[in-house]
Amino acid sequence: MTELSQPADRRASIGTAEPRHDGPAKVTGSAPYAFEHPAADPAYGHLVTSAVARGRITALHTDAARALPGVLAVLSHLAAPALADTSDAEFAVLQSDEVAFRGQIVALVVAEDAETAREAARLVGVEYEESTARTVLDPESDALYCPESVNGGHRSDTRDAAVEGLLSAADHLLDATYRTPMQHQAAMEPHTTTALWQENRGHPSLTLYDSTQNPHGVRRTLATVLGLPADAIRCVAHYVGGGFGSKGLPHANVVAAALAARAVPGRTVRLPLTRQQTFTLGGHRTPTVQRVRLGADEGGRIRAISHEAWEHTSRIKEFAEQTAAISRMMYTAEHRTTAHRLLPLDVPVPTWMRAPGEAPGSYALEVAVDELAELVGVDPIELRVRNEPPHDPETGKPWSSRRLVDCLREGAEWFGWDPHHAPRLRREGRWRVGHGVAAATYPGLYIPGTKAEIERLGDGRYAVRTGAVDLGTGAWTVLAQIAADALDCPLDRIALELGDTRLPRASVAGGSTGTACWGSAIVGAARAFRAEHGSDPRTGARTLAGPEEHPEREQYAIHSFGAHFVEVRIDADTGEVRVPRMRSVFSAGRIINPVTARSQFVGAMIMGVSAALHEENAVGHGGALATHDLAGYHVASHADVGDLRARWLEETDPAYTPIGARGIGEIGIVGAAAAVANATYDATGLRIRQLPLTPDHFLP
Amino acid sequence: MDRDIELRVDREAHAVRVDTRTTLLDLLRDRLGNMSPKKGCDHGQCGACTVLVDGRRTLSCLLLAAQASDCEVTTAAGLAPGGEPHPVQQAFLDHDGYQCGYCTPGQICSGVGVLDEAARDEPSHVTEDLTARVALDREELKERMSGNLCRCGAHPGIIDALEEAARQ
Repeated sequence: MTELSQPADRRASIGTAEPRHDGPAKVTGSAPYAFEHPAADPAYGHLVTSAVARGRITALHTDAARALPGVLAVLSHLAAPALADTSDAEFAVLQSDEVAFRGQIVALVVAEDAETAREAARLVGVEYEESTARTVLDPESDALYCPESVNGGHRSDTRDAAVEGLLSAADHLLDATYRTPMQHQAAMEPHTTTALWQENRGHPSLTLYDSTQNPHGVRRTLATVLGLPADAIRCVAHYVGGGFGSKGLPHANVVAAALAARAVPGRTVRLPLTRQQTFTLGGHRTPTVQRVRLGADEGGRIRAISHEAWEHTSRIKEFAEQTAAISRMMYTAEHRTTAHRLLPLDVPVPTWMRAPGEAPGSYALEVAVDELAELVGVDPIELRVRNEPPHDPETGKPWSSRRLVDCLREGAEWFGWDPHHAPRLRREGRWRVGHGVAAATYPGLYIPGTKAEIERLGDGRYAVRTGAVDLGTGAWTVLAQIAADALDCPLDRIALELGDTRLPRASVAGGSTGTACWGSAIVGAARAFRAEHGSDPRTGARTLAGPEEHPEREQYAIHSFGAHFVEVRIDADTGEVRVPRMRSVFSAGRIINPVTARSQFVGAMIMGVSAALHEENAVGHGGALATHDLAGYHVASHADVGDLRARWLEETDPAYTPIGARGIGEIGIVGAAAAVANATYDATGLRIRQLPLTPDHFLP
Repeated sequence: MDRDIELRVDREAHAVRVDTRTTLLDLLRDRLGNMSPKKGCDHGQCGACTVLVDGRRTLSCLLLAAQASDCEVTTAAGLAPGGEPHPVQQAFLDHDGYQCGYCTPGQICSGVGVLDEAARDEPSHVTEDLTARVALDREELKERMSGNLCRCGAHPGIIDALEEAARQ
């Protein structure tokens, strides 16, 4: 299939700086999020969560809660309907007396108003028989295991027998261990479901307004868990207040909302998680311990790479962050070993967080490369240039495009990079000043299965329908732009409908795939529509189709690249690290909308700097999180955000999709923390091999 | 325990009986159906619920509804009567000062409050000269807006927008 052509006779929509179509609704607050869908006389749910990390519920006292005026239902494992499928333990809500982590749902109250629900939840008494919990990641533990695969379907380990010999014989050997902490997505909208259960002549149906990145995925999961046909469930997500992976897969709260609604059929129930509950039930990124070994020859060419990662998962459900996978493709080396080991713990279920794998993995790898550059005695940009792989080292496939060196060179000029390979320990007044560089990458993933429908409306516009969802990425705008060019019509002729399982099936808003996968389906549907109905279709003409075949995709290794340049200033007396300036250049294929793209790139860079400087959580020995609110889990605030800017290379990647755009939602966070860390080394000569880079590391 | 209160929300008068535990935020959202202020934390840590109470920016999750009796409450919805955006809202649109939009109504109400505080020469932590007129440069704006968290990383666009609004 050929690339999406630019209409010759009028200005294309793709590539124009179109303001967000959902802007007016968002600046007034009228865009309805999951809690906010209108309902007549809704009831309110509130969760009771476990106070121990591991054990059994021995007694549950609900009389006081039930006696409270306004309480409609109190559910627990003693009084909840049996679920049809409990094979996924995360979704087995209120099905047994077992407690697998602190913060697990152990009871649920539905009441006439939110105040009563919360008070009743407080009155539920739970007694436990507590068992010894294991909650701390210990890379020496004998309970570590090798998962069958890691997130994304990657192999857990790649082994090469030659690696150890090459490492021990290398002219320059870097062998270092890096640590990243437990992190949280902390989307501003807490996970929330507004649910309505209805019975119609013995046929139940369930409507969910959910804060999800994947309405069709929620429907699929809930159908299985509840034993309902998929078409008995409708999931709507017109607006979602951020997700960053935490809303990519359904979590226990959605099942709880369905149970709550089932307890009061015909009555809408709103079940928002409290902010505290989002820290346990909404997901987190595992802490990691990573050992990276790079063996290079005299000229700095890497001959062997070993990247091993230790991380935790929950005892009840495996999630294996693909932390070391980045080292399979990033730099040249004839021989490489990568490995992942998981320790199952009595902790909440980890899940996707922006750039799972690449974000923590790039931190370790890109600091290691900086360390190797010093050993070799060359500038870290030059070291990367010397280790550019001509094709993907993992698959042997040619790159569809690999412009890391272009990103590094353009970024160096833009930032004003002075080549160096040892810390310069500069000081300006009270500030220690340093510069750092790191590379970024993210794969061009492709999720099949999205379909789109085009219909000619009576007013001359085209309805474009797909079940995709906009978390703030700009999908409401960029999908309209793609549709306008695919139908060869002005943008104001597009009436886009998103975020509803009544619309054609769409893949998850995750893995930086949305624009490519949904957009390809829209292009496919538009071409099928024109083939079927011509350029002057009758009102009501309609076509449902998916993407056209695109076999080129399989022939190439498809990845985006980028380069971050960071200036840090460290207070010489307090150790406080500031990032006053950051310049990042990306190669991400065609940019559909420079306004929303810039915000995606810069937003992810800010999240990366926030991870570098602030973000850290830990599970204590009793299973309690060290912090579970936005006061303790500090994310970058306005005063933390310096002058951060992004640019991109003008290009297109037709090997990936006919649109030529690779994803942009995640690459901005990849490598950002490493660039900050490398800059702190330039400023202080202290090589801190763990995140976050808090002041205590730099105290005089 | 209930209490009868009267208040105005976005120029509309309301007389309501409220549970004394009810926050102003829950009164607005659950009782009056005004979903413009958002609940991000319910603990005064994120700023998403910011509204103007008698013109001053206020965390509506930390104010009991009963305390707002006889007050004039303005939400981001009320800043745009008839759908005509307030200059601060227009500046957010022009500078893409939002992504997911969940913190946005709070950022906007907070920004309107900041402009008013500066016009009254109320200093902030980073104001160097406490005797001079307050000038809202980027450092001032960032300091004053730091109670409003944003996780999408729209901070540069938000400060660009407020810089422009401050110039007008």
